[in-house]
Amino acid sequence: MATTAVTPERANYLNAEYGVKSWLLTVDHKRIALLYLLSVTLFFFLGGFFALLIRLELLTPAGDLMQADTYNKVFTMHGIIMVFFFLIPVVPAVLGNFLMPIMIGAKDLAFPRINLLSWYLYVIGGLLILHCMLTGGVDTGWTFYPPFSTSFSNTKVVEAGLAVFVSGFSSILTGLNFIVTVHRMRAPGMTWDRLPLFVWANYATSIVMILGTPVVAITIVLVALERTLHLGIFDPKLGGDPLLFQHLFWFYSHPAVYIMILPSMGVISELITCFSRKRVFGYKFVALSSVAIAVLGFLVWAHHMFVAGMSLYAGLIFSFLSFFVAVPSAIKVFNWTATLYKGSISFTTPMLYAFGFLGLFTMGGLTGLFLAALGVDVHVTDTYFIVAHFHYIMVGGVLMGYLGGMHFWWPKISGRMYPEFWGKLSALIVFLGFNLTFFPQFILGYMGMPRRYWQYPPEFQILNVLSTAGASVLAVGYLLPMIYFVWSMRYGKPAPDNPWNAAGLEWMTSSPPPTYNFDETPVVTWEAYNYEELNKKEEVPVER
Amino acid sequence: MSDSEVAVHNPALRHHFAEVEQQRNASSLGMWLFLVTEVMFFGGMFCAYLVYRTAHFGDFAAASSTLDLKLGTINTAVLILSSLTVVMAVWAAQTGKQKALVMYLLLTIVLGLAFLGVKGVEYAEKFEKHHVPGPTFHFAGAIPGHPDHPADPRHAEMFFSLYFVMTGMHAVHMIIGIGLFAFLAFKASRGAYTPAYFTPIENAGLYWHFVDIIWIYLFPLLYLIDRHK
Amino acid sequence: MSEHISSPRLYVGIWLSLMVLTVVTVVAAQIDLGAFNTIVALTIASLKAVLVVLFFMHVKYAHERMIKPVIAAALFFLFLLLALSMADFATRLWI
Repeated sequence: MATTAVTPERANYLNAEYGVKSWLLTVDHKRIALLYLLSVTLFFFLGGFFALLIRLELLTPAGDLMQADTYNKVFTMHGIIMVFFFLIPVVPAVLGNFLMPIMIGAKDLAFPRINLLSWYLYVIGGLLILHCMLTGGVDTGWTFYPPFSTSFSNTKVVEAGLAVFVSGFSSILTGLNFIVTVHRMRAPGMTWDRLPLFVWANYATSIVMILGTPVVAITIVLVALERTLHLGIFDPKLGGDPLLFQHLFWFYSHPAVYIMILPSMGVISELITCFSRKRVFGYKFVALSSVAIAVLGFLVWAHHMFVAGMSLYAGLIFSFLSFFVAVPSAIKVFNWTATLYKGSISFTTPMLYAFGFLGLFTMGGLTGLFLAALGVDVHVTDTYFIVAHFHYIMVGGVLMGYLGGMHFWWPKISGRMYPEFWGKLSALIVFLGFNLTFFPQFILGYMGMPRRYWQYPPEFQILNVLSTAGASVLAVGYLLPMIYFVWSMRYGKPAPDNPWNAAGLEWMTSSPPPTYNFDETPVVTWEAYNYEELNKKEEVPVER
Repeated sequence: MSDSEVAVHNPALRHHFAEVEQQRNASSLGMWLFLVTEVMFFGGMFCAYLVYRTAHFGDFAAASSTLDLKLGTINTAVLILSSLTVVMAVWAAQTGKQKALVMYLLLTIVLGLAFLGVKGVEYAEKFEKHHVPGPTFHFAGAIPGHPDHPADPRHAEMFFSLYFVMTGMHAVHMIIGIGLFAFLAFKASRGAYTPAYFTPIENAGLYWHFVDIIWIYLFPLLYLIDRHK
Repeated sequence: MSEHISSPRLYVGIWLSLMVLTVVTVVAAQIDLGAFNTIVALTIASLKAVLVVLFFMHVKYAHERMIKPVIAAALFFLFLLLALSMADFATRLWI
């Protein structure tokens, strides 16, 4: 790489090439991560816009802002966009894409061109869903349940299904790429018990992506065929069973929750060790609990169907199995807490997000245990209790982890520091706004307010108003980081190579990293999270 | 990037791999992981098949007995033969026999097209007999072994739905495979593959064998339900 | 890189076995074995699949050692999908 003396800045992946073409045809995993960052952020704000529409409609008991049909389309769009176009790709495709090869000391992912193909598939899926949205939308909910989706809905089910199908292949290819990369691209000395926990988490996520996504793909194909060609697969008229759809759908879509949360858990492991200056407590347990979650996640799917008419015996089995997922999740939470113990904790922005994650994930996880219990689930299923529960996991958990990770690695990604004061402020606003939005929904659900309705009895209004108020606060909390991240790209302080004095290969290359990540392939001779050693030679980060 | 010039430069080695062995293993593992996704993709259909066959066994047997066993068996033989030609193509690539490689690839394409042709004949027959699911569907057959017990036409329609979905999805995979082999045959005729680099041939071969295996299961499951009565 | 190259004779042998097994499965289907008809049919199919995987797909001599675990994982999760779905359908009364 010929770096001429004329350029004052070091050669890195950002200034290696210029022009639109250099981005759209790049095979550099870091640039592809930024492409994902851009597109995923767009979809996040689109999904968030629909969320705000929902909350505005629910501000008053009457259906005054929109009619039932519109409301159905709005919550469906919110669900499809947030699940398939934001939560599934967000951490693996942005942070994972950027960091996985660097963290294991590789020059790139195993299949760089397939990585770019994944992004294009994501974009094609995204364009399809946008087209579907603009030309009429779809009203089945993100779950596409038949027989409504196959025989009754007169909205664009097939197009929305196709969008999900295509973006599904994007995530399959990402998962495939990650697994091969972890197996075959590790630098010399980077053994399995030295892998960063973020890599472990993404590895486990990839297993779920590969095994689960194809099943939902074929399920959606079956729905589309039944709708267009009148095949009878799920059609009760022919003796078919709509519950079969639900089995196949949740075989993917329950583990999909772990596609969302596992990478964020990986982020949290990195943040907590770094900012308590300690090796993570029980490294092996945290690492293997990721894989355990991925595997056990496949054993519990029918707890989404307790009241759907499934056999009672199956209900008992799935209820019993559902409790098992709590074990590896709890291992993680306990080990993070134990890592904090006697650590020298610093309350930086990423760490604030990590604390937020701990609290919100624990809330979401524990209410998950309520729901795993068959009897309780029958009482609160399809109410706002469910809505609150999965938002605590999917927004409270995933987004806190994502934003924490974005702040933590932003200096590495952009080469600039974000403003710490605004960062802390946004973490606080997000945490407060989130709880204000979703905690009232637990109470609403427990009181019996069903989900997916556009109007409700007046006695539920106070809690709904609180929730809507919280959503506006939350919106501010999400807008802030976007503003100051963009601001910092130009005006932020130039970041040193290792601003947090953190362990991990990604901090040993320059900020931002060069195109092939390292000038020389690193040889790893130390254990992961060797903070004891780092603390000994602690020094003020050198500003370059 | 001068450290990579130590080894003898292999034009097939891409920049981010340290050595050829690593690259080969990576692409082989990647292909197998892709096949895993294919297993799960077909697995969804097999699951639906299992559920409904268990529930409506007699009706499924009645519908299955209307399929043309002779054509099904011939097609099985054709597909198995094509697996042999594919594996011979890989062998030819391994041993550097370029002409043989092209010939085996072309043979595979011919066999694949033959399979699809027979499948087309079978599909046409379904249209004639009104065995295609939809408003025109008609089925009047008895449950095998119970001549006075007519099969439920609704369940027969489900059998044919599954038949078309499963064989149709299989056929789609074959069409993709044939396209792939046409591309590879073209490249091979220009000498793109040598004993040092034939990963595309190897991986396309794996794909084709996988499609073969799917048929190996589809054949008894669709054609051979309760044939003895 | 010592790579295993099987001989064409082995391939032809495997192909012949596959053809024989195809004939066997068609013949076996004509004989009334009760519930065993399905079991025999699926056993023969699996036997054929194993032959294809081991010899045609070169798993027996693969130099990439993750392939066997990967196949095992696929079969295990396929089993989970089928078994846990059937845990519902097999214990339920049908309309």
